[in-house]
Amino acid sequence: MLSEVNYLLFNAVLLVSFVACSVYLVFFFSQKEHLRRIARIIFLSSGVLQTLYILSRYLIAGYTPITSQHEAVTFFAWSVTWGYLSFHWRYTVKNFGTFVSILVFIMLIIAAIASRAFQPLAPALQSLWLPVHAGVSVMAYGFLALAFCGGLMYLLQERELKSKRFGFFFSRLPSLESLDQLNSHCLTIGFVFLTLGIITGSAWARQAWGTYWQWDPKETWSLITWFLYAAQIHQRLTKGWRGKRAAVMAIVGFCSVLFTLWGVTFLLGGVHSYAN
Amino acid sequence: MPTEMILLLGVNHKKTPLAVREKLALSSGYDEPLQALAKVEGIKEYYLLSTCNRVEVLVSVEEGADVQLSLARFLFGDALSPEEFQKYLYCYRDSEAVHHLFMVAASLDSMIVGESQILGQLKEAYRFAAEKKCTGPILNRLLHKSFSVAKRVRSETQIGSSAVSISYAAIELAKKIFGSIEKKRVLLIGAGEMAELAAEHLVGNGATDVVVCNRTLQRALDLAKRFNGSAVGLDELHEQLERVDIIVSSTGAPGIILNRDDVKPIMRERRNKPLFFIDIAVPRDLDPALNDLENVYLYDIDDLNNVVELNKAERDKEAIKAGRIVDEEALKFKDWLAGLGITPTIADLRKKANTMVRMELDRTLPRLTSLSDNERKSVEKMAHSIASRLLHDPMLFLKSESCKDQSSMKVDLFRSVFDLEKKE
Repeated sequence: MLSEVNYLLFNAVLLVSFVACSVYLVFFFSQKEHLRRIARIIFLSSGVLQTLYILSRYLIAGYTPITSQHEAVTFFAWSVTWGYLSFHWRYTVKNFGTFVSILVFIMLIIAAIASRAFQPLAPALQSLWLPVHAGVSVMAYGFLALAFCGGLMYLLQERELKSKRFGFFFSRLPSLESLDQLNSHCLTIGFVFLTLGIITGSAWARQAWGTYWQWDPKETWSLITWFLYAAQIHQRLTKGWRGKRAAVMAIVGFCSVLFTLWGVTFLLGGVHSYAN
Repeated sequence: MPTEMILLLGVNHKKTPLAVREKLALSSGYDEPLQALAKVEGIKEYYLLSTCNRVEVLVSVEEGADVQLSLARFLFGDALSPEEFQKYLYCYRDSEAVHHLFMVAASLDSMIVGESQILGQLKEAYRFAAEKKCTGPILNRLLHKSFSVAKRVRSETQIGSSAVSISYAAIELAKKIFGSIEKKRVLLIGAGEMAELAAEHLVGNGATDVVVCNRTLQRALDLAKRFNGSAVGLDELHEQLERVDIIVSSTGAPGIILNRDDVKPIMRERRNKPLFFIDIAVPRDLDPALNDLENVYLYDIDDLNNVVELNKAERDKEAIKAGRIVDEEALKFKDWLAGLGITPTIADLRKKANTMVRMELDRTLPRLTSLSDNERKSVEKMAHSIASRLLHDPMLFLKSESCKDQSSMKVDLFRSVFDLEKKE
């Protein structure tokens, strides 16, 4: 019974996210204000459904559903969605939702393609550290993904302003200033979570494997990612790095995040690759 | 039949040269002209609009009243002879007048189509007329309708959103760079007229702190005083660049006064805060390579003109949409107006029917002594419904489209068929 609900819930999540993404796109083209409100409500419902889906999976599995490919990506999409919605509540960045909803939808498609089977939890993962470490890390990825969207928008808008040929995006994208602020905001939050993720991870490693750090590929790449973002934040604070450079760095950093998430698992292996 | 006619006379920037408009513009406010207008014979409601681009008078008169000439006299005074003013004057009646008013309110008749000032001027003019009780039911409704049409055009089209003058374009670009111009600092290099105009727009949009940098300090001081700013000499230019955000350059210098290599170190000092250069000088003051620097945006006069041209094309598309809205609303208003013409006739007809029914009932009912109270009521009800059923179709005819184009002839015919009293 519960597993059926679970199955249907994921399909509902996929469908609602698709609708949210489509309405956002129609709004992006037509710029009709009432569409934006509708899209926001649909996107919010998608966020609620994602939460319910993850909860139902937790109830069935009995552990935090974040270990398989399907679960991790769904959690990722969830954190992007709620990261965006929490932001939205503070301030609005014109047409940001369109970009975010597309990203979320792509993630959910990846999650849909991956196997949804429940796998028994590996003994090493049966710990209270699992939800803490993985949850914090995925929250970090969520905010870094938002910074990535912002960076992409910044580059598009900057190109229009520099080339002085005003096309489709000029009127639809927000000001450079607000995108740069978004970038710095998301990075700061994301970086804090990322740091916490690494700290909790090494504390767990000490408990599970007896050592804080063992240069496993995933750990190494997390550290590389961490250094990329640390360098960027450092440069922003000391030298005033901003604008295009910050946007490019947000995109590079996010590629590193994606590689840590997928590349490492599929290409390099290591102790973090439990589920395949 | 008290049918009223709406009449609109005026001159605007399209047909009338500035030299003539100057003579007509009402410089003394609305009070006196409105009083003068009240003296024109035959007009019932009136209203007057005077802006730098147009002078228009809108009146409602009883049908047939010939006030056109006296209104034209009122507008032109002694400035021009009747032969001369015929060239410039336009005169619209009824639905044409409504349409024109809506076009004006929606800023489709403006010199810069889509600018929003006109609506404010219209409201102000209406406020004066309404305070002096110059307007009545028709003009009140018409003018309120024109405000809502303007609002509808503004919300349903993007007509007001594009910048169609160089200053507006500069503001729009600055907003895309800085988000808002509030509290941004402006540096004017050169104290010419163009610089002044641009600064006026920037300050009007919230910029604070205007610094004027000029070869002759006296001229810089004069201009700076206008904006409560400060003045500096050209040798302090580099220092100033560290603390301003928007630079408008318009000197008469023969060559480049600011090179890429001058600005590059400044960006480090500014911690990469964006700089927006607007070069409106010909020949150019600023090195085009400035635009290659990160977080520096340079627009020269041609770039700005391109923005303006682009926006004009976009705006013309929007103007077509807006025109359709105006047409639609003008038609609706025409219907309302036509309805107004037949209302008294409908009332008269109802009254006549009611009187007849009452009369017949009073004659018949006393003779039907065996009826109970309820039965008596039923009979009364029946008589009334026969009358209203009989009137239903004629009423429909009266309200139908064929009667709506103000053809008082049909209304008159209708009145004589039913032998309603002639209009007083």
